[in-house]
Parts: sequence; structure tokens; C-alpha cells
Amino acid sequence: MTTIDTLRQDINKGNIEGAVTQTQKAIDDGLEVKKILDDGLIAAMDDVGEKFAKGALFVPQMLRSAKAMQECMELIKPFFQEGDLIPKGRVLIGTVHRDLHDIGKNLVAMMLEGAGFAVTDLGVDVSAEQFVKKAQEIEPDIIAMSALLSTTMPGMKVTIEALQEAKMRDTVKIMIGGAPVTSKFAEDIKADVYAPDAGSAVIEAKKLVGSS
Amino acid sequence: MLIVGENINTSRRRIYEAVENQDAAFIGQIAKKQADAGAHFIDVNAGTFVDRETEYLCWLVETVQDAVDLPLCLDSPSPKALFEAIKRHRGEPLINSISLEKDRFDAMLPIVTAGPCRIVALCMSETVMPVTAEDRVKAGAELIKKLTDEGVSLENIFIDPLVQPVSVDTGLGRAVLDAIKTFMNDFPGINTICGLSNVSFGLPARRLINSTFLSLCRFQGLTAAILDPTDPSLMATLLSAEMLLGEDEYCENYIDAYQRGCLNV
Repeated sequence: MTTIDTLRQDINKGNIEGAVTQTQKAIDDGLEVKKILDDGLIAAMDDVGEKFAKGALFVPQMLRSAKAMQECMELIKPFFQEGDLIPKGRVLIGTVHRDLHDIGKNLVAMMLEGAGFAVTDLGVDVSAEQFVKKAQEIEPDIIAMSALLSTTMPGMKVTIEALQEAKMRDTVKIMIGGAPVTSKFAEDIKADVYAPDAGSAVIEAKKLVGSS
Repeated sequence: MLIVGENINTSRRRIYEAVENQDAAFIGQIAKKQADAGAHFIDVNAGTFVDRETEYLCWLVETVQDAVDLPLCLDSPSPKALFEAIKRHRGEPLINSISLEKDRFDAMLPIVTAGPCRIVALCMSETVMPVTAEDRVKAGAELIKKLTDEGVSLENIFIDPLVQPVSVDTGLGRAVLDAIKTFMNDFPGINTICGLSNVSFGLPARRLINSTFLSLCRFQGLTAAILDPTDPSLMATLLSAEMLLGEDEYCENYIDAYQRGCLNV
């Protein structure tokens, strides 16, 4: 097995120490960091996300894999040259206005990063104005919104309308999720896609930017 | 321990359909099953309907109270829906919920002080969800003070320390357990309440986790729980936990449950 294969396996299993060792070995062997990132780290996290979406992995296992990936990233970061780090897409993410729940949103952000997206996280209680303002600044491919409360879900609709008003709706894709959210609600408010969990969010995000 | 039966919630597909079709017989049957299994309150939640929540919540109040002679737990983050639902409720409801969020507190306060009712008070600050036991105690104590200052009695306050998934942070179970103990010690007479099932989100064999967590919460002094009373293993766990804690004289409830065939789990 090559170092990259072992690295992928270690990330998959959430073997943090092993993954770090393999990454260091790959660097020492003179492998391109871009190859370590794409064929090692991101490929492994893609697999983790898919397994999670199928229910074959549980949240703590996913967290451990993500932690392993993050530590490996720290190791290879100093070797990146301009052009190495072209993200799959830019995602602007946040929990909607007046909703303070961040657990699901954080899992989604983490998995998107793991899959190679550039993620800007606005945190919780994000108003439509904040989404629009940040979107104008960073021009994301996708805006991802989360809500855990039925009372805050309408904030997603308000944000979409605000994006329309700002003439930005045609240039971004909208992904939504959260316990009370359904694919029907996504249709009703004219979001592009509903993602039921963090693994699915990655799969859908890749479809949205045309890289699946 | 007070049991709040959680099964009438429109986030469950079959309940959603029954509410949409105004199937009173089905809803009544779910209510009866929970009452027969030992529920003291029946929770009603129509939150997934968003635009029509108020209308459907009111319908649920009337439908459930036609079927069972129990008070309800009126479950909505929307003061408007609660305000209408409470008007249709017979007896003293448990209102779920109030928090320190200013708009919600201000809107809920007149409802809580207007009539005889019990209120679930969430341990979250105005801006963030709690992480540690200290976060929970700090937010909870502040909310208790605001409510008692307005004349709400401690007995009518049900403090909810907010159960969060241990799958994302293994300290989150302990944080709730420590907070329950502190509330029970520092505010004698107060009630503490938990929704159990969040604790096991993201993990396999969730029922096992939920019932173990219920035992641990009970040990810390939890006085009420929002759960599925028709889950025999959960109720059996509760019976044996209460017996082991010395709250079941001559082990009467436990033996009685055994003789009724309720402990074959």
C-alpha cells in the first residue's frame, strides 16, 4: 500500500496519530502537497461523508476523521504554493435570524471544508441583511442556511427574498437544512436543495457546483 | 416523576398526516395510549406547519382533551400559538417554553402570569446555547429570578437544562447532570425537566442511551421528563431506578409492574 493509501485509511478510521505520521512521511518522501490533499485527505473525507449519509458511520467517528484531517492540513499548509488550494466552491453558511442552534450547522461546515470547499461561517442568529452583505463581499457559490425551530424557519424565506431584492439570487445556489426543515419546505421557499444531514450536504453541494 | 408524553408532534410523519387530515380518532388513540402508559401530561406540538401552527395547535388541544382527561404540555416557540392554545385548554397546562431571549420573554410573561399554569424555562442565554453546567446554571438562575420576581412560584417553574448530543461533545451529558443537581439543591421546590432523546443524536442504539440517561438524571433529582411513555424499556428503567433510589416503598410499584407484565423488556 502506498503512503497515500495508508493515509486515506487512517483518516477514514479516525486514526489521528497514524494520519499525521503518514502525512509527514508523504512530505518527507517529496510527494506533491496537492496530491496529499486531493488524493489523501479530501478523498478520504469524501468517503467518510458518503458513509455517514448512508448511516454506516456515526457522528463521533465523523468528528474524529475531520479532526485527523485538520491536523494533517496543519502539516501540509506551509508547503502550499499559490494555485494549489483551489476550492471546490465557496460556501457562506449560518444559522438563521433568532436561532441560536449551531450543532448541525457546525457539522455541515466541517464536512464541507473537509470536502475541499472554502467555507465562511457567519455563526448563529444571522439576519437576511448579514447574509446578503457577506455574500456581496465574498461572492459565494452556495449559501447554506440552518434552522432548528419552526419559528425561525421563515428566516430562510426572508433571506432568499432579500437576495432576490439585491439581484443576487441568480448567482448563488441555496441549500437549507435543520430538524424541522423538509424538502417540501425547500420547494415552497424556492431554495435549490434540502440536505437532511452533513454527509448529504457535501454530496448536494458538489452537485450544485457541478463537481460530483 | 412527572411524565410528559412526547408522541403527538408533527415532526413525526404519521402525526403530521393525521393533523393535516384532521384525523381526530387517530390523534385521540395516540393520546390514550400515552395516558394508559402513565403519562401525566400529553405534549402537543404542531411546529412543522409554520403558517398554520396556531390553528392546528388549537385543534390538537381540543382533540386530545376530548380523548383523555389530562392536562397538556403546550409545546411551541411561538407566543402567538401558545396564547391561542391556552384559551382552549381545560385545567392547568404546562407551557413549553420561555427563555431569556428578550422578545420571547416579554411576549410569554403575560401568558404565564395570567392564569394557573406551569412553565418550562430554558437554560439558554440571550445569545448562545449553553455548553458547560455553569452556563446552564447561570442562565437558569437568572430566568428563575425574573420569573419569581413576577410572582411565578418555584413549584410552577420547570427548569430545562437543555439536553444536547454527547456525540458532538462527550462532556454534554455530564453538564446536564451537574446542572440538574445544582438547581435541585439551590432552589428547593423547583421542578427540573428534560427532553431525553437529543442526548443520543448521532449514535447507534439510541433507546439504550436514552434510558440510561434517564436513570442518571433521576439520580440527580430530575422531577419531570419528556419522553415516549409507550416505550416499555424506558418506563421499566424508570421504575427500577426509582426503587433503587429508595422512592418506592416496599418496592410496591416495581412488583406491581412486574405482575402486570410490564417488566418483560
